[in-house]
Amino acid sequence: MLLAFDTASPQVTVALAEGDDVLAELRSEQSMKHGEQLAPLIEAVLAQAGAVRQDVTAIAVGVGPGPFTGLRVGLVTARTLGFVLEVPVYGVCSLDVLAVEAVAAGAVDQPFVVATDARRKEVYWAPYDESGARLDEPQVSRPSDVATAVPVVGEGAALYPESFPTSVGPQRPGAGWLAVAVADERVELLDPEPLYLRRPDAVMPGKPKRVS
Amino acid sequence: MNEPLVLGIETSCDETGVGIVRGHTLLADAVASSVEEHARFGGVVPEVASRAHLEAMVPTIERACTTAGIALRDVDAIAVTSGPGLAGALLVGVAAAKSLALGLGKPLYGVNHLASHVAVDQLEHGPLPEPCIAMLVSGGHSSLLRVADITTGVDPLGASIDDAAGEAFDKVARLLGLPFPGGPFIDRAAASGSSVYVDFPRGLTSRRDLERHRFDFSFSGLKTAVARWVEARERSGEPVPVNDVAASFQEAVCDVLTRKAIDAAVSEGIDDILIGGGVAANSRLRVLAEERAAARGIRVRVPRPGLCTDNGAMVAALGSEMVARGRTPSALDLPADSSQPITTVLV
Ligand SMILES: [Zn+2]
Repeated sequence: MLLAFDTASPQVTVALAEGDDVLAELRSEQSMKHGEQLAPLIEAVLAQAGAVRQDVTAIAVGVGPGPFTGLRVGLVTARTLGFVLEVPVYGVCSLDVLAVEAVAAGAVDQPFVVATDARRKEVYWAPYDESGARLDEPQVSRPSDVATAVPVVGEGAALYPESFPTSVGPQRPGAGWLAVAVADERVELLDPEPLYLRRPDAVMPGKPKRVS
Repeated sequence: MNEPLVLGIETSCDETGVGIVRGHTLLADAVASSVEEHARFGGVVPEVASRAHLEAMVPTIERACTTAGIALRDVDAIAVTSGPGLAGALLVGVAAAKSLALGLGKPLYGVNHLASHVAVDQLEHGPLPEPCIAMLVSGGHSSLLRVADITTGVDPLGASIDDAAGEAFDKVARLLGLPFPGGPFIDRAAASGSSVYVDFPRGLTSRRDLERHRFDFSFSGLKTAVARWVEARERSGEPVPVNDVAASFQEAVCDVLTRKAIDAAVSEGIDDILIGGGVAANSRLRVLAEERAAARGIRVRVPRPGLCTDNGAMVAALGSEMVARGRTPSALDLPADSSQPITTVLV
């Protein structure tokens, strides 16, 4: 069974699937607090599917881009759990999961963009063709710099309607779709490395301030 | 009965630590540090530390298991620092610990970082004397505690009202052109300097201060005094005697720390003092504490320097004590608490 989860949005989403059959799927009720909610949700998804941890044969995790703190919770959980259960861990770009759902649900039938909230008045985004294949690496930009009239999937469209007037499809990635996308080979499998796309905020110190 | 095998994870600052103990026996203490990535910034950059923890986590767990010669499935319990510390950094360790607990089907103990600094000494010197006075001094904390039972009863007697002791070392090192982290460099420079070259102020030791802050510390005034002294020298065009200033500064810090720790022991009628945290690795502090304590008939325990700085073994040591004393494990929704109070030893 494939255990899938994503922590690249304000919500934690967890699913357990057998092939492309999603056995159980849960979303966090509280926004944020990924670190508190992910492990109990994994436990709950296993219980709901009547499965035990030994049934997990692979793990799929959303590697972002997304807010760093939550993203790391998902990645360290996937890597550590994969290590202890001795199962492979697949990383999937979280934007791709939204694209797969949008295409499968028939929300798009032409080239489109996926855009999510990158905070600081920016979006994480990437362009896709009509089949949901990503055409370029994900980037972080100001919405006005990448404004487009093509359909835009994801929370970014809802947040910045002046730049993205055509908002369609799902807002946040779901782990059920993540599992299906991996099972059906609809996405590129990556190493479980976070897509930060931004460097850490750190300033070089000047000389010590004078006190006299 | 076999003593419990406990794996501990520590990520409160810039060290990714994974330790493994059986009872009071240390089996492995694997540490990956991101200190070099922070050195050029003159202090720990939280986001840089968090990123490094994620990368180091699984390799460090693996290394600890190899060193200990155990298989992960043999572990009886997982312990992790739940706070205090850097929020984002703590979160990586807590999530990893939960994954281990979940993946192994073993209990999880979210424990206090400061209490772990105390518990680590049992790996070196055996069961903790109870009660004892614990003085924890590091870059993030300076506190005096009364410890009746390290798994439940830790009472704060005093703490720094401004900079932590280790922070003062870092800032003074920077003033003197010494690298980060300052502690070991000041210690080394001081070894060939005169500790009475400058009479730097001893914070919160005046009669008036002692009324309100008998067991509290203050190092910010000392740091400013050093800065003033160095600036005056530079203005006069004379070279700054780095070794002498380092020794005089170090003496001022160690003087206050040991005086207050002994005063706390005497006033509480306790015969044992335990010193922990990164600054406890300072050679002058160890010597001065033992000298002064011996004169009062008080015993001092200080773990070896490698166990004083942040590491996973200290967390495993406290976890092991939680198991031994039958404390209730933490829930899987255990939060990371950057300001976890010392009175909350187990979450
Ligand atoms: Zn510490």
